[in-house]
Amino acid sequence: SEMTVRDALNSALDEELARDDKVYILGEEVGEYQGAYKITRGLLQKYGPDRVKDTPITEAGFTGIAVGSAFAGLKPVCEFMTWNFAMQAIDQIINSAAKTLYMSAGQISCPIVFRGPNGAAAGVAAQHSQCFASWYSSVPGLKVLAPYDSEDARGLLKAAIRDPDPVVFLENEIMYGQAFPVNAQILDKDFTLPIGKAKVMREGKHVTLVSFSKMVGYCLKAADHLSKEGVHCEVINLRSIKPLDKDTLVASLKKTHRMVTVEEGWPQCGVGSEIAALMQELAFDELDAPVLRVTGAEVPMPYAANLEAAALPQVDDIIKAVKSVL
Amino acid sequence: MPFKVHRIEAPSNIVETNVSELMSFYKLMYKMRRMEIAADMMYKAKFIRGFCHLYDGQEAVLTGIEAAITLQDSIITSYRDHCQHVSRGGTVLELMAELMGKREGATRGLGGSMHIYNRKNNFYGGNGIVGAQIPLGAGIALAHKYRGEPNVCITMYGDGAANQGQKYEALNMAGLWNLPAIFVCENNHYGMGTAEWRAAKSPNFYTRGDYIPGIKVDGMDVLAVKQAVAFAKAYALANGPIIMEMDTYRYHGHSMSDPGSTYRTRDEINAMRTERDPIERVKKLLLANGVESAEFKRLDREIKKEIDDAVEAAKAGSIPPDSWLWKNMYAAPLGAEMRGVLPGQYHAPAFDPEYKS
Repeated sequence: SEMTVRDALNSALDEELARDDKVYILGEEVGEYQGAYKITRGLLQKYGPDRVKDTPITEAGFTGIAVGSAFAGLKPVCEFMTWNFAMQAIDQIINSAAKTLYMSAGQISCPIVFRGPNGAAAGVAAQHSQCFASWYSSVPGLKVLAPYDSEDARGLLKAAIRDPDPVVFLENEIMYGQAFPVNAQILDKDFTLPIGKAKVMREGKHVTLVSFSKMVGYCLKAADHLSKEGVHCEVINLRSIKPLDKDTLVASLKKTHRMVTVEEGWPQCGVGSEIAALMQELAFDELDAPVLRVTGAEVPMPYAANLEAAALPQVDDIIKAVKSVL
Repeated sequence: MPFKVHRIEAPSNIVETNVSELMSFYKLMYKMRRMEIAADMMYKAKFIRGFCHLYDGQEAVLTGIEAAITLQDSIITSYRDHCQHVSRGGTVLELMAELMGKREGATRGLGGSMHIYNRKNNFYGGNGIVGAQIPLGAGIALAHKYRGEPNVCITMYGDGAANQGQKYEALNMAGLWNLPAIFVCENNHYGMGTAEWRAAKSPNFYTRGDYIPGIKVDGMDVLAVKQAVAFAKAYALANGPIIMEMDTYRYHGHSMSDPGSTYRTRDEINAMRTERDPIERVKKLLLANGVESAEFKRLDREIKKEIDDAVEAAKAGSIPPDSWLWKNMYAAPLGAEMRGVLPGQYHAPAFDPEYKS
């Protein structure tokens, strides 16, 4: 059977609310409106307003409240309508949520999930199209996850809610409506995926493609196309950006000796930059070509469809990058 | 000084007390005073690094709060947090050792002056970002209410933080959700070096919650503070948030880099010390009620010795081992490896709140 990413996230939230009464959801429009993107559809009706709390449009305030309640032992799922709006609250995510366990010498933990759509949607221009993966993944104390398909969405979100640390959970609006195959194991109410482990989506021997979220699908398409030309790509879905699964990356590099990273975020200090640096630190002798980065263009996102497309990696860009390292 | 109120009836101005209660207030406040003076000296002697914000002058606020609540109620405050450590059951040695960056410290030398906590007695720090503790405190109150506990969260902040936007966001939600939250603005009249009237269009902080009731209290009078906080706790549990403005004064500068004299006069500080000192006020009451002055000499000596001993023990403490750099970043490290300064240096961030290894 198939399930959309939206339903995967919704069912994961539903099951974790049912499993643990310390779990509650708060955010803008999560309740009566049933979610700006309908991720929380039906949950207010099922669990009531103490478990599914509508907040005013005040990100700094409700994020701080969520973090404070996590310090005091609850397990909030704090929804941002988009991660762009979390900029209003980034102090509470970094200075309060990420650092307090360390500063308190292990006394005060912060079991919280911050989640919402990240990166570029379609036609929403610069203030609503930005990838924050590299920002949050640079912060010790945070865990950063980015699901690609419905399996990821269910397994990673449930793992995030059960995890005792603050987790930044980066969804993608474009992926919400996409359906993926699911099986009984994925639909099990105790299905979780390990945080910190990447998934090899497709095996290959010529070049490793590394990406996360929506770009995993683009990499798979590029790999399909290239295989017809006899080039076999290994495609890695990071799933977890912090901790980053160095072992899986190095193991793949030892096999292919070539790597291309793909992300929608900007190039400077991006996730790809980190991976390129790591590969030359950890496995320089395995490299037969430089690690190449395919990234979003270094511009604020334009509105016009043609310019927007030019600002984001396309399947053809990935194919070109692969060919240039062969 | 009578209570001033906003959208609420004032509690009675008549308070009952007794010699033993007053004596306990005196002891706690005098301990706080001597501890902060010792911290000042140790800072100047270079045993303490970085930021260090002292509480002397404001002792009656915290002492009165603690007298009106229990350790099941929560407290969260700003970076001016040394005294909460002792009022919430910690020792002077733990505080002094923390200031000196020693492993015997309250947060093992990892937090320092601004980051002291006591989770088991519901003290949530110790927050270095001005105003950030206000929504955090509302969230702690939310947790009390969520679990159906008969407890409040006291959120302390200064007159500087009182202008922060996130305070208003937190007040709004606390009001909407009837959270058992008491927002205590310790108005010491200067946000760092900016007088309240230079930072706030209205420095009547007890009225600044608009729809949230407020009460202004003489924060130099421990009995008034206790009375008002007991009233506020009952109110908050029954109805939701309330703002308290404590009219108080800090004798020291904002932090150690501030001599405290460029934006206010020596005369003002001296007048405050001679006319409104919270410790002298309690001492006078006790002397008038039959406590011998010799008793104070004995007590003061005893407390000074406790502080001196703690300072010496903290100095003799040991520095945290290098391995502690990597502890307690995550409650569940999941095999993560954190990089050191050089490539190839990876460390497992163990969760070890007991610091056993």
